[in-house]
Amino acid sequence: MKVLVAVKRVVDYNVKVRVKSDNTGIELTNVKMSMNPFDEIAVEEAIRLKEANKVSEIIIVSIGPKQSQETIRTALAMGADRGILIETESEIQPLSVAKLLKEVCDQEKPELVILGKQAIDDDANQTGQMLSALLNWSQGTFASKLEIEEDKLLVTREIDGGLETLKLTMPSIITTDLRLNEPRYASLPNIMKAKKKPIEEKKPEDFGIDISPRLTTLKVIEPPKREAGVMLESIPQLVDKLKNEAKVI
Amino acid sequence: MQKYEAPIKDIEYLINSVFKINNYSNLDRFKKINPEITTMILEEASKFTQNVLLPLNQSGDSEGCKFEEGDVKTPDGFKEAYNTFIKGGWSSLTFDEEFGGQGLPTIIGVIVSEMIVSTNMAFGMYPGLTQGAYKAIEKIGNSEQKKLYLPKFSDGKWTGTMNLTEAHCGTDLGLIKTKAEPCPDGSYLITGSKIFISAGEHDLSENIVHLVLARLPDAPTGIKGISLFIVPKFLSNDNGELTDKNNVKCLSIENKMGIKASSTCEMKYESATGYLLGEKNKGMKAMFIMMNEARLGVGIQGLGMSEVAYQSAAEYTKDRLQGRSLNSPVNPELPADPIIVHPDVRRMLLSVKSFNESARALSIWIALNIDIAEHHPDSDTKKNASEFLALMTPIAKAFLTDTSFENVNLALQCYGGHGYIRDHGMEQFVRDTRITQLYEGTSGIQALDLVGRKLPQDMGRLLRQFFHPVDKFIKENISDKDISDIIMPLAKSFARLQQASAWVAENGMSNPNEAAGASSDYLKLFGIVTLGYMWAMMAKTSLSKLNEKDSDKQFHQDKINLSKFYMNKILPETSSLLSKITAGSKTLMSIESSNF
Repeated sequence: MKVLVAVKRVVDYNVKVRVKSDNTGIELTNVKMSMNPFDEIAVEEAIRLKEANKVSEIIIVSIGPKQSQETIRTALAMGADRGILIETESEIQPLSVAKLLKEVCDQEKPELVILGKQAIDDDANQTGQMLSALLNWSQGTFASKLEIEEDKLLVTREIDGGLETLKLTMPSIITTDLRLNEPRYASLPNIMKAKKKPIEEKKPEDFGIDISPRLTTLKVIEPPKREAGVMLESIPQLVDKLKNEAKVI
Repeated sequence: MQKYEAPIKDIEYLINSVFKINNYSNLDRFKKINPEITTMILEEASKFTQNVLLPLNQSGDSEGCKFEEGDVKTPDGFKEAYNTFIKGGWSSLTFDEEFGGQGLPTIIGVIVSEMIVSTNMAFGMYPGLTQGAYKAIEKIGNSEQKKLYLPKFSDGKWTGTMNLTEAHCGTDLGLIKTKAEPCPDGSYLITGSKIFISAGEHDLSENIVHLVLARLPDAPTGIKGISLFIVPKFLSNDNGELTDKNNVKCLSIENKMGIKASSTCEMKYESATGYLLGEKNKGMKAMFIMMNEARLGVGIQGLGMSEVAYQSAAEYTKDRLQGRSLNSPVNPELPADPIIVHPDVRRMLLSVKSFNESARALSIWIALNIDIAEHHPDSDTKKNASEFLALMTPIAKAFLTDTSFENVNLALQCYGGHGYIRDHGMEQFVRDTRITQLYEGTSGIQALDLVGRKLPQDMGRLLRQFFHPVDKFIKENISDKDISDIIMPLAKSFARLQQASAWVAENGMSNPNEAAGASSDYLKLFGIVTLGYMWAMMAKTSLSKLNEKDSDKQFHQDKINLSKFYMNKILPETSSLLSKITAGSKTLMSIESSNF
């Protein structure tokens, strides 16, 4: 069984992001980039399935600028087998990503696609669901546990009230939550081996997909600064303020 | 709070832009790396050190190693961390592929070492000592010894130690008493006691291989009668399967000032089975292979500690709100300004930062020369690199550690009284760093090595390996107006170093006490000028980068500013050092010993 894992290159989670001075977005020049943490969990899960002999090949796909190759390479160093880079410098939104991934799935015919539930840059949380709809495959989102039982997938999902377990018929789309696993550290020998693993380079045009954005970002601004609070003398004063100033009661 | 982020950007700048390591792709080991692979290795190392080692630093310090009936238990979490470490292949980064290593250049090894030290110096002792033992066996062991021990060191299943010191001698090893009796089967029986043996006993690996200095029955007296032996904790068959416990015992561990999670052992050998390593009575030569490697490693420890202390202090001074900026408030809406606005706080931070970045450059320059000395096809180039290393070893060892100790104290000072409180972790840095000035030869011994051995060798031939490149660099750049405020101070302090060298050579010849009396000041002068040269090289690199499209302008401007800080605020110390050196040793010797 083949498994496909989609990874995105995003601003490193340790970086304190700054808004660009012209309010068009986030400052990305000379900022440290790395693999979206949810995607790292997706890669780890695929590798564990392979180590358990449930999966024969792990293909990594990334869509983004040339440097996304480094992100793919990181996944290869963790233990994935080969990569596909769909290179584009333009802004790319979840629907376009899902459409491109559908094309890749049509070519590669995996039985399982694992994605992070969301990317930490735009927090959209849409790609997995859209891909499931486009392919008409079953989906298990926010997975915190994944088991393969013959031709079925048992997915434990984190939902508001607690945990829910689904039995899915493959092929399926899985999106990962934080508690699914703890990604490994790539070992040095695997880093060196990753250098030789193939990465196929493509462009969105190769798939005949129009990736132009459907949404327009008007502006990006810093959240307003919190103003200093005041100390009140008594409870009645508080009630009065809540009633008349804040108008919440 | 102990805070650390691996300085990956700075490292990439040094290896790619300043030292341009792709120029060395003719060396076998460099063929394995390119900037992309290097970045991946550095990032993986930074993840491991930041996420695994750093959280064990303070807990390891307060728990320490525990000694029970001959066994040593390392602090909680160390064994798991060590297993992650060896599983990742980090134990054999620079070891030869033939013996299961990764075969990467020393440069990469040195950079990763710095990260390990910064996040957990005590942890780093265990693989650090193994590396020394590996090198000694690799260089002088016979093929059976290499085949048996080196792969075990590579996969980290066995660790190594070096056993030199005995209770009555450390610096003067000619006095050692441990005996080796030959056996009919070619092995030896080793009997004696050793102290201060780092990693002598612990629970991280299944076997510990001690390299022990001992004396054969017919050996000449003194330093010419010392031989080196391999004495494993457990004996094994040729395949490395453990057989019997050897007669080696750990009697106790030291209760010491710092690096408490590293076990410092007193070892007892009672007719323990040992195997001769290298030639009879040539043990000191063999030991120096380990020693030189270890001395450079200790220099890196100085750098690593100074870096983590700086990062922890810088963070604090940006957060700590106290008092007002003396000119005008920078935080008018808040009750106070962060203390980083104060010139004196900046003096402390910048002194440390300007050291760290240039000491890192020096350590990379040295590492590059180790790679050249070991692997370059051209014999002259090889020889020059070896001479450079011989000269720089005492300087890297003593100057980097002495300055580092001043630096960790400056970093603690930034915390005010809170630096003295254990929870903040700053006092641990001070305690941990202190050992670096003592072991593998104290700073004073390094200074004597510099003026007594390295300076006079072949009529000052070694000095050329440093003086020629610096002289050339100054001549090439002195007329460049953009950089003259950096090159001029360097040229002046370099002239002071040359003057001091001539003074030491001339006066030391007629009276050795003159050289010895000047030695520590001379080594410090040498170190300051060396880092000045590193700063000038970096300033030149960054100036040209500033004009490049897409370069990180802020990064390069900061480099140039910091270079100027170094020239203005650190380099002038060379004047006072020169005065002290040329004042001679008379006042040191004029008071009778009995009057002290």
